[in-house]
Order: sequence, then C-alpha cells, then structure tokens
Amino acid sequence: MRISAAAILRGSTLAVLVAFLVAPHGFEPVFRPLVQDNAPAIYSQGDLLMLTLLHLRTVALATAGATVVAMAMAILATRPAGAEFLPLSRSLANIGQTFPPVAVLALAVPVLGFGEKPTLIALFLYGLLPIFENTLTGLTTLPPAVIEAARGAGMTGRQRLWRVELPLALPLILAGIRLSVVISLATATIGSTVAAKTLGEIIIAGLQSNNMAFVLQGGLIVGMLAILIYDGLSAIERQVARRAGLPTRA
Amino acid sequence: MTIRIDKLGAVIALMVAYGGLVAPFAIFRANRIVPGEARSLIEALPPAAAAGLAIVLAAVACMALLRLPVSLRLAAAGLALCALAVSIGLSARFLTPDGDSYARVAPGSGVWILLSAFALLAADAIARLGPPPWIRLLLLAAVLAAVGAVLLSGLWDNLSILKEYAGRADVFWQEAGKHVTLALGSLLAAVVAGLPLGILCHRVKRLRAGVLNVLNLIQTIPSIALFGLLIAPLGWIAVHVPGAYALGIRGIGAAPAFVALFLYSLLPVTANTVAGLAGVAREVNEAARGVGMTGTQRLLRIELPLATPVILTAIRIVLVQNIGLATIAALIGGGGFGVFVFQGIGQMAMDLVLLGALPTVVLAFAAAVILDAAIEMKAPVFNRNKIA
Repeated sequence: MRISAAAILRGSTLAVLVAFLVAPHGFEPVFRPLVQDNAPAIYSQGDLLMLTLLHLRTVALATAGATVVAMAMAILATRPAGAEFLPLSRSLANIGQTFPPVAVLALAVPVLGFGEKPTLIALFLYGLLPIFENTLTGLTTLPPAVIEAARGAGMTGRQRLWRVELPLALPLILAGIRLSVVISLATATIGSTVAAKTLGEIIIAGLQSNNMAFVLQGGLIVGMLAILIYDGLSAIERQVARRAGLPTRA
Repeated sequence: MTIRIDKLGAVIALMVAYGGLVAPFAIFRANRIVPGEARSLIEALPPAAAAGLAIVLAAVACMALLRLPVSLRLAAAGLALCALAVSIGLSARFLTPDGDSYARVAPGSGVWILLSAFALLAADAIARLGPPPWIRLLLLAAVLAAVGAVLLSGLWDNLSILKEYAGRADVFWQEAGKHVTLALGSLLAAVVAGLPLGILCHRVKRLRAGVLNVLNLIQTIPSIALFGLLIAPLGWIAVHVPGAYALGIRGIGAAPAFVALFLYSLLPVTANTVAGLAGVAREVNEAARGVGMTGTQRLLRIELPLATPVILTAIRIVLVQNIGLATIAALIGGGGFGVFVFQGIGQMAMDLVLLGALPTVVLAFAAAVILDAAIEMKAPVFNRNKIA
C-alpha cells in the first residue's frame, strides 16, 4: 500500500515538472504573488525546457566522464600492478573533496574561458570522488571465498574482474554514481556564474532583478529533477542487486 | 643489481620534465588587464638561481624515480616545494622592472604543475608512512607556519596576487572574518539543533523517516536558489518582528546565507547522530541498564561518547562543505572570500579570483586535516569502550 502511495507521489511530481517545462505560462497564477506589479512571473529570457535539457546534458557528460575515469582508477589501484597507487589515490580522493566548487569553477575560467567547459571540469572533479570511493569499497570488500572459487575455477585475472568482481560491486558503484549525479545537479547551477547555460541562469536572473518567482522556479525544477533521478537510479540499483542475488544495500 | 623504478615516481618525473622545460614558469603583464607573456624557467630567474632550481628539480625527480626510503622521499618533496616557493618570489622580483608599480608577475602553469607534482610526492609519502594524527597536525602547522613566514618576509610581495591583496588588505581580513564566522557559526547552530533532533529521532522512531526526508529534500535545492529564497522571508522578519533588525537580521546579506548554511548542515549532523546512536551495541546498553543507569545517564555516559566518531565525521563533512558554500554568500551580499572570486570573474582579473579562491581552499583543507585527526584520536576510545 505504501509503495503505491510513493509511486503516485513520484508520478505526480514528474507530471507537474513536465507540465511546467512544456507550458510554464499555465503556472503564472502560482508565481504571480511573488513578484512586484509589472515584473514577469515566469522566466522569459530563455526556454525553460531548453535550459533543463542543457542542464541535464552538462550533468550527464560530466558524470559519464567521471564514471569512466573513477572506475578505471579504482580498478587500477586494486590490481597487483597498480597497488603502489592505492594509498595515494585514497588520500587524493580525500583532498579533492576539500576544493570548493566555486573555487574550481573560477580557477578553470582562465584556462578554459567562460561557458560550459569550466562547469564540466568542476562537475567532473566533484563527481569522481563518490564513484571512486564506492568502486574501491566494492572491489576491496568482496568475500574472499568468492575470489578463491573464481581462481580455483581457472579464471584469469581479467575474467575474474569482468565476470565476478565488477558484477558483485555493481550495486555499490551505482550508488556512487547516484550520489555523484545528485551533487552535480545542484552544483551545475553555480556554473551559470561563469556563463554556462544551466538552470542556474534562471536563479541568477532572479537574484539580480530581485524576482523571487525566478529563484523559486529555478530551485524547484532542479530539486524535482534531483528527486526523480535519485528515485530512478535507486530503483535501478535495487533491480541490479536483486539480479546479482545480493541483499539490497542502501 | 637491477634498479627498480617507482611507477608513481615515473609519473612525477614526467610532470617535472613538462612543468620545468615546456610550460611557462611565470606570466608577465605590463599592467593588470593586458594579456600576459609567458616566460620560461631560464628567462624568469637570474642565471644562478635558474641553475640552482633546475638542479634541485632534477635531483628530486630522480629521487622520486628510485625506490628510496619513504621518509627520504618526503624530505625531498619538502625541499623541492621550498625551492619552488623561494624561486617564484625571486622571479617576481627579477621580472618586475625597478619602480614599476603597474607590472604584474604571476606564477605560470609550469609552477602549478611542479607544485602539484611535488605535492603528489609528499602526499604519497605521507599516505605510505601513515603517521599518527598528532604528527599530521604538526605537519599541517609546519606547512602553514612556513607559508606564513614567507608571506611576512616579503619574498612574495612582487607577485600579482599579493599586489591585489596590498590594495585591499583591510577588506580582505574583514571578508575573511565574515567567511569564518559564517562557516563556523552555521556549523555550531547546526550542532546545537541537530544533536537534540538526532537524539529525538533515535528515541521516537515514528519521527525518524519524516524528519530525515524533509532534511533530504532541503539538500536537493541548489545552494544559490536556497540563498535567494531566504531573502524574502528574512526581509519580512526584519520588518515585522520587533528586535529582529537589531539582531542583524536582514533580507540580504549574512542572515540568509547563515540560515541556508545551517539548513544544509542539519542533515549530516542529524542523520549521523541517528546512525551513531543506532550503532551502539545492544549488549552495551543492556549492561548499562543492568548496573542501574537512567536513560539520561546512558545517553550522556554511554551512547553519545560511543557515537562521537560518527558525529565528528558529520561535523567534518559539514565544516568542509560550509567553507566552500560560504563563497556563494557573496552573490547575495553576505560577504566572505566569494566577494573577491565574483569581483575577479566580473573584472576578468584572475589574480583577484585567486585571492578569494586560495584562502578558501587552504581553510577547507586545514579543516579537513584537523577534523580527520580528531576523528582518529577519538576512534581508539570508541574501541576501548566497545571491548569494555
């Protein structure tokens, strides 16, 4: 009973979000009380749907890059050949988290110029850490008996990695990706301070013209996207974990 | 005898070769806004200093390649970092024409690459040595003291970032104070509110899911939106609640930034308090009950001390995150180092951006090191209690 209630909530969140993105002016009465007399209540300097898609594209690109690099690093660090890099990569992942996103963005501007690129770099760096950490945990906490069995069955190192270790670590890796996506969705809005086309543009326009309706719109769209994507990825994780015959991990 | 090459050392040697030979060592500008001209290591330093630095760089790169004792590698990395710090100051002095107050000299990408290479070497050595927490604190203090000493000595005074600082020294320390107050104050408020809330959620199971879900929802609101959304309600409070204005509550400025940081901090503190209390072994609680402890006594003497490492982990997350997020306060007039970052972006003056960004990174990094050490120092107590 509870599951269906959650499903209804999720479905209606999605419906409201899509309706708002496709026909924002239908929601004007909702935002009207937040603005002064003649100010527009709905963001008008750009297409909301387009900005949302660009926002999602930026997050997707950065997360895809982060996933590939972080997994490669974690796999390398857990192989015998890369064992030397393990302590360093752990402390690097830790240090990386102390760099504030605004600082990363601002420092990337002189090298990459204004626009989407510094945002991509900042999101990529931020996305690396959760995925790397979770992949590392997933690969280093496998039951030794399973690895021994795989070795006993005559599997080579590569076969063990692809057929045993990665499938077993997959739910944890996915959890890392989910965390990374949710952080990126919110952080991408800061990219608009360096002229990236993201939903942050709406919020910043609102801050500059003292238009609370804009700020709320931008914030709500990003928040709803984050909730829906978080839910969707959690569902995929449960599916994968069930298929792998593992107890579901949060 | 075969010489075994260190794999990380190979990466570092490559970085040193590229940073030292290919990438520009310094960037010279005739004034603050014209495009810079690159200067290689040889052009950027007096001949003797250039030769000296080149020898140090080459020697340390070779030491990184060989499998030497780890403490020796750490010392080598330290030596190279010191040599670089001195050289970049010398280079700024050397490149600035006498009496020219418009010329700007900034470290080039080569310096940043060299610094990262040796920082990597040092980080690797420290990670392999695995020093106890108090040694790490001592190392941090030594590094900060060294940087402070160089700053005070005036060696770096000709660098463009310090010229930006010289023009606004008063404002810098004002904003620094605001930044730290925002980050620490909101953390303190979050602990004062989140700890009891976590305890309540632990005791009253029905509340738990609801409270944590609400706090989770807040996390999904992007920071700039949350900062902005608080302007209206706080502005209303400032006008309509007697005494609020006198307390410094305004629609724009530090108040909405403080509240936003507080709201973001609540989830980690509350959730980790719940997790920490839930992690206390049932046998321990039973034993405490058996010796006749009341609920409050158990909470204060058994449960909270055992949950401390988990709660401290939350405080680490929150503090590092708040130091970073406080930069965004500048967008709504809340002050902090973000003021320089956004001014710099607006004026395309990257030295000004650095003046805001570097102290933020240093603060966040120092906070992380200090709290990591604190968590580790607390952990043995945790284990002792667990055994007892």
